[in-house]
Parts: sequence; structure tokens; C-alpha cells
Amino acid sequence: MQSKDINEDIRWAKINEDVLRSMENPRMGYWLAVGVCLLLLALAIIAEIYQYRVGMGVGKLNWPHMWDLYIATFIFWIGMSHSGTLLSAILHITQADWRKPIYRFAEAMTTFTLMTAGLFPVIHLGRLWNMYWVLPYFSDRGIWPNFRSPLVWDAFAIFTYLTSSALFLYIGSIPDLAICRDSATGWRKKLYTILSLGWRGDDRQWRNFRKTYLIMACFLIPLAVSVHSIVSSDFAMSIMPGWHVTTFPPYFVAGALYSGCAAIITLFILLRYFFRFEDYMTLPILDKTCKLTFAIAMVWTYLNLIEFASVWYGHDAVAKELLIAKFTGPYSPYFWAMLILGSVLPFVMAFEKMRTNIPVMFVVSILLNVGMWLERWMIVAPTLSMAYHPFAFDVMWANWVQWFIVLGSFGWFGLLFLIFVKVIPSVSMYEVKEMIFHRRHIANKEIAAVMHRRATDPKPTAQPASGQAGGQGSPGTPGLEGA
Amino acid sequence: MSLKNLFTDWSRYRKGIEEGGFHDYEHMWGMAVDLNKCIGCNACAVACYAENNLAVVGEQKFYDGQAMHWMRIERYWDEPDLGEDRVQEFNHHGASFIPFMCQNCNAATCEPVCPVAATYHTPDGLNAQVYNRCIGSRYCSNNCPYRLRFFNFFSYYESSWPEPLHMQLNPDLTVRDKGVMEKCTFCVQRIRAAKDKARRENRKVRDGEFLPACAQTCPTGAIVFGDLLTLHTPGGGVGETEVANLWRAHQVELGKTKQTKQNPELRGYRVFEKLNTEPCVMYLERVREV
Repeated sequence: MQSKDINEDIRWAKINEDVLRSMENPRMGYWLAVGVCLLLLALAIIAEIYQYRVGMGVGKLNWPHMWDLYIATFIFWIGMSHSGTLLSAILHITQADWRKPIYRFAEAMTTFTLMTAGLFPVIHLGRLWNMYWVLPYFSDRGIWPNFRSPLVWDAFAIFTYLTSSALFLYIGSIPDLAICRDSATGWRKKLYTILSLGWRGDDRQWRNFRKTYLIMACFLIPLAVSVHSIVSSDFAMSIMPGWHVTTFPPYFVAGALYSGCAAIITLFILLRYFFRFEDYMTLPILDKTCKLTFAIAMVWTYLNLIEFASVWYGHDAVAKELLIAKFTGPYSPYFWAMLILGSVLPFVMAFEKMRTNIPVMFVVSILLNVGMWLERWMIVAPTLSMAYHPFAFDVMWANWVQWFIVLGSFGWFGLLFLIFVKVIPSVSMYEVKEMIFHRRHIANKEIAAVMHRRATDPKPTAQPASGQAGGQGSPGTPGLEGA
Repeated sequence: MSLKNLFTDWSRYRKGIEEGGFHDYEHMWGMAVDLNKCIGCNACAVACYAENNLAVVGEQKFYDGQAMHWMRIERYWDEPDLGEDRVQEFNHHGASFIPFMCQNCNAATCEPVCPVAATYHTPDGLNAQVYNRCIGSRYCSNNCPYRLRFFNFFSYYESSWPEPLHMQLNPDLTVRDKGVMEKCTFCVQRIRAAKDKARRENRKVRDGEFLPACAQTCPTGAIVFGDLLTLHTPGGGVGETEVANLWRAHQVELGKTKQTKQNPELRGYRVFEKLNTEPCVMYLERVREV
């Protein structure tokens, strides 16, 4: 295995070339993936139209199972969105520079998972044509939403998070969009000219950019934590056993980071394989991501155990019975699967051999997310099947309408992501250059001395081969000329 | 809509239930159901279907759990793990049963969670459901410990009342369409009619002047309906209603999570009282010989 996160002798031009190449000439596999995503989406749209016209009951939703897969999948997607913030904001502030080659697609994932998640509260509404009533708008009737309801908080939280994360994604990619603009032709030229907002890469722009990026990062971290806490309060604020749990906010946030990190590993491996990003998405970075995932998995496991223990020793008869029913009742196969996939399987990542084994990690990361999806379902469904009133004990299994819509959400997310990789560079070129620049200065002073000459420096005898010579004075200005 | 409106309404809204909730109550409709008198004949449920335009969903949808029975007789059969005595009791007496309808909680858990405030507490002490405002998030039903809220999973108008059955629909209230939550209203249309009549005649609503359909239909008079407001105001008792008398006789009080009774023989209880939902329906325990 290579020992360095990234090779220090990669030239700026090669970075630009590699990344820009990933954005053009989609191959057969790409169109195949688009086709699969469109098919899933089409099935979901058919199911949704059917449900819209006939009523919510077509998905076998019933009394008392008023919520089921829709809300579970909603939490799943919201959770996944936390990875982007973790990588781009938290690791940015803690200056973990290994995040740099992989944060862009994680950030895109944040935005797109939120766009997917936001659909579910709408889909699950009985009268979704009135969904805007949840928002506080001035109306002649003087009616406001009920600000006590966690669902209203949800609406605010998701809108805020979606706006901020989309902005963060966009702001972070402006320098890269400028590189695209410089080498693009046709409609792309026009698009990137508008998107790059006249970026020239001068000192003032970089200074403002850094400041904005840092402020956005500082803003996003508490926002991300609060968003999933608010989503958890959909349950924690209720009175139902299994939902009315004090530890739900941290539990949800940990679960969110967990599934998000697992998704990052999946996409990491896919992008590395399909776009030949071996030079940037290296095994040591995969290794570090897996370590991070493992740590979060253990936090999640710990919080799970806390929940069990507090219910067990809390001696609330109803909550205890529900807990026992989760382990032994009709949902027990899924509950055990969730525990094994979520808490036992991550121990694979305790071994370095496994962490750097790409096929193994691919399978493991997908299974982890299956486990996390089951976790959300196991939060929603058992409580509905078995709460206070014994007359309303009932078990319900979703039918094809619900499953099509759930699968369709994966198609929708996949479609957005596939469009993204062809429109916005999925590896942050300028940050990779920055990372290499720093590492050269720390680890490889001779190369740095040759490669990062100031214009005022005396000319070395041997000129480096590629065109990244001038204007490399500060770490903030890796050359755009290579584009 | 103005800021003043918002702030004053909010402060009234935030008033604790010890002050009677956010309303100055005009009434506080409540019930007392004597299980000793209940024979489980289901007449109340039928009356409710007739009075409140409840959709008849059909056998398949009933099995799917999509039925809407605002008022229902719940049956409980013996459980082997209850012990020998109880099993004998069930063998001898058959199932135990309880008529169950929305408890119109004074601190209802369904109310705060509705995102659009489609369910709220009226000055009548009713837990009202505004069909027009409901967007069908179904959170209220999930947060109801009694599971007494029912959702229109389909549009039932044509299937439930094929012509000429639609002629039997009660014109005093709507037929709900798909995507709307509904529940027992204590026959709010009758309450409105009685209050309007009383206002026209410039008097207060008299006790027993009207009854909800279930109480009216009950052949044994197990369901007693009336105003609990005198019970709620300390030092009340003047002009008390039958239902308030019953509550007082059985020493069941509002605003408590556990009743303290001097006489353990008294049978009154409220369902899931300890959840602090403040249900306005009192049940009188069934006494059976083993």
C-alpha cells in the first residue's frame, strides 16, 4: 500500500486534466446508470401518481401504522446528508487535509440527499397539494402553522440546511468552475462563465473566498447538528414508547454521520474506479475515512446500548415491553439485522487489511447503509405496531407502492449525482493542489524549491517540465494557468 | 394578522392547564361510562356511523386496518399468561369489553404535534378536528396513546354510500374526503345546535338537553354525557350536571395523574391517566364474580 495520502510529484496540469476528463465523454456505463436511475424514478412516479389519485391507503398504510417506509426513508436521507458537512466543514476546521480530494462529492451528496429527503414529507402527506400550509406565510385568514409541532421545525430546518449546503457546495467550487470555464467550449463555456462569477484567482478574491468558506463552515456545523436533532424531535417530542427518548438527538446525529460516512466510502470507491481517480482518492485516504466511520459506528453502538439500558432500568412497563418486542417480536429479524450490520459488521474496519481492501469495503459500506436504513425503520415501525393501547397492536408490511417510492428515491438521488459528476468537478482541483503544495513544503523541500518559484526568485538551472511556474507565491493561489 | 394578535394569542395559548388551558372555558364536555351497565351490544357504534357519516370501508379494507370507527366496542380475550384465575374468569364470562371513543383530553397529545393546527382545543373543552385545515401528516394519530384518530386512506363517498344510500347522510356535517384525519367529536353538530338554541332563548344549555348519538342510543344508559365545568372550578357544585355528579361521587378529579380515593370501592378511573393527557371520559370499572 502506498504510504502517503497523495503523491507530491503530481503536476497541476495533470490534476486539471484528470478531473476535467472525468467530466466529459460519458461512457456506456454512465448511460446505463442513468437508465437504471430513470427506470427507478419512473416506477416511483407511477406509484406516486397512483397514490395521489386513489389515496394513501394504496401503500397498505393503515391504522395504527400511519407512518412507515416514507418517514423511515426520510430520516435515512436526512442522515446521509450529514457526511458532507462532516467532511467539508468539521474536517476543514480541524485542518485534516486528507479530506481535500474527497470532500466535493460528499458535499454534493449532502445537497442531493436533502433534495431527496425533502420529497418524503411531501409524499407522505394525505393532502400534499396543501403542503405549503406548513410554512408561515401571511394570509388574509390570519392562520399560522402550529409552531409547537416538530413537523414545522422540520420544514424550517430542512429548508435552511438545503439552502446553506447548496450555497456551500457552490461557493466551494467557484475556483474549480473557473478552471472549467477556461478550458470549456460551447454551452459549457457559457454555463461556467456565469457560474464562476468572474473568478480570476487574484489575491483579493482568494482572501474573500477563504473568509466566506470558513464562515460558512462554522455556520454549517451547528446547523447540521441541529437539523438532525430536530428530525429526532419528531419522535422524541412525542409521547410514544420507543420514541419518547431523551438520547434521541445525539443518537440521530451519530447515526446520521455513520450512514453518511458509509455512503462516502461507497461513492469514493465508485468514483475511484470509474473515473480512474487512483492518484487522488488513494488507499490511505480510504483508510482514514474507514477509521472515522469505525469510530462513529462505535459511538452509535454506545448510544444504542444507552437507550436499551435506560429503558430497561427505567422500568416503564410499556417502553420495556416494546423493547422486548423489538428483540423477540415480529420485527425482530430486522432489528437483529440492524444490530449486526450496524454494530458488529463495522469491526471489519478495525483491521487495516480490510480497510484498504476495496471490494470488501465496497460491500461493507453498502451493508452498513442497509443497516442504517433498517435502524430508521426500526425506530418508526415497532412503536406504531405496539404502543400504549393493546387494542391497536398491529403489524403491517408495506406493499409495492411504498417500496417503489423508496427505491425511486435512490434513483432520483443517483440521477442528481450522475448529473453532478458531469457538470461540477467531483474532485476539488484547487484543494488537491493546495494539499500537495503544503505537503511538498513539509516533506519534500527540494521539489518545493524547484516547483514553487516566485517570479522574483532567481531562475534555477533546470526548469520543471510543466507550465505551473509563475504566480505560485501563496498557498492560496495554486495555479489556474494549467487549465 | 398583526403582531399584537400573535403575542396575545400566544400568551393565552401558553397558559397552563391548571388555569384551565388557554381558554376561558364555556363548557367542558365530558362523559362517564358505566361498564357495569354496558352489555356490549354495539348500538353506540352503529349510531355513531349513522350520525357522523362514517364511511363503511368494506371487509377487505377492514382487515387492512383502514376502517374508521370513532366509537367502538373493544374486546379483550383471555391471555394464557394472566394466570389461572383470570383464564377461568374469561371462560366463564367471555371477553371483557369496553366502549371507546375519543377521550377529548384537556391536555391532548395530538394537538401540539399538528403542523398546521388543524386540531385544537375549543372553548367547549372539545378536542376539535378542522377537516378543511388538515393536510394529512397523520402525526396526531401517531401521538395519540389511545389510537382514536382515523385517517381517510381513500375517498369513500361513492363506495360507501352508493345511490340511493347517499340520501341517508346527515346533512349537519360533512363527508370527509381522502387524506383527512377524523375522530369522535362528541357529536359537535348537536352541541352547536343546542348552544345556538340556548343563545336564541337567552339561557344556558341545560343538562341533558341534547345527547351525542352513542349516549342517546345506549339501551342501558351506560353512557352519561354532560358538562364537567362545575367539576373543574373549585367550590363548584351549584347546578351540577349528572356527569359531574358521577365524577364527584367516584372521586375522580381533573388535573391529576393519579386519583387519591378515600374509598377503594369506588370504581371510577380514566384511561392512561398517568400520561397526564387529562382525558374527559371517566369509566366505571366492571365488577364481576369469578
